[in-house]
Amino acid sequence: MIAGITIYELLTVTSILFFIGIYGFITRKNLISILISVELILNASVINFVVINKYMYPDVLQGVLFSIFIIAVAAAETALAVSIIFNLYRQISSVEVKDIETMKY
Amino acid sequence: MERIIFYILALIIIAFAIASVSSRKMLRSVIYLLFVLCSIAGIYFLIDYNFLAAIQLTIYAGGIIVLIIFSVLLVHHIEMRLEIAKPSKQFITGLVCLIGLGLFLFTLYSHEFQVVENTATTNITDIGTKLLSYEAGGFILPFEVISVLLLAAMIGAIVIAKGNKLSEKNNPAK
Repeated sequence: MIAGITIYELLTVTSILFFIGIYGFITRKNLISILISVELILNASVINFVVINKYMYPDVLQGVLFSIFIIAVAAAETALAVSIIFNLYRQISSVEVKDIETMKY
Repeated sequence: MERIIFYILALIIIAFAIASVSSRKMLRSVIYLLFVLCSIAGIYFLIDYNFLAAIQLTIYAGGIIVLIIFSVLLVHHIEMRLEIAKPSKQFITGLVCLIGLGLFLFTLYSHEFQVVENTATTNITDIGTKLLSYEAGGFILPFEVISVLLLAAMIGAIVIAKGNKLSEKNNPAK
């Protein structure tokens, strides 16, 4: 636990981070920016897992292990997204959302 | 002391997250994300999960950021400015996000958390044995599944990034 910091303050920070991610996800028009917003959202959820584990159930490790799995899934997702972005750029020379009408062919 | 460090870290996280989703230069946005991720690793250090902080620094700050920077440099001109959404759309989205945030915070602060006072530290041995244990509460199955998932993602990324070079080679007349 962090001395002098309650669970409410930590969860407030993660909620703000989560909604900043949502805001970016909706307003940005570029695939890479959307990827960055998704990373923000995932990080907010990972901190939530860790904080709730530490403050409420300190004798088990489920939250930490799940956050490790979330980080692994996020890494896999980023690698796939970056390769899809490369492929799209090679085919239509753009990574703007409005230009992407077909993912097939 | 820890209080002050936590507030500084929280301020850095929120300020750079906002900068990251509102900057109009792509590369700067990625670097702001790097600052956010490093501050989150600082929070993990503060709540005494050193292994998780190390993972955060190596995988996120070391791996994912480098991948995103690569894709930015290969796909964009550095000087290009991003187009952004219409101000009305930005305003409505910000308003909806603020309403959602208010709802979140209202729910949080009206809920009584059963906080347990503790100073327990976790070492890597505990995490390792828990991750590989077959007993109830062990995580051996998700561990194996995630390794298969990572392999599949790796192969999939290679196949997708390779594109249609292979099919072009097969029918050169096209």
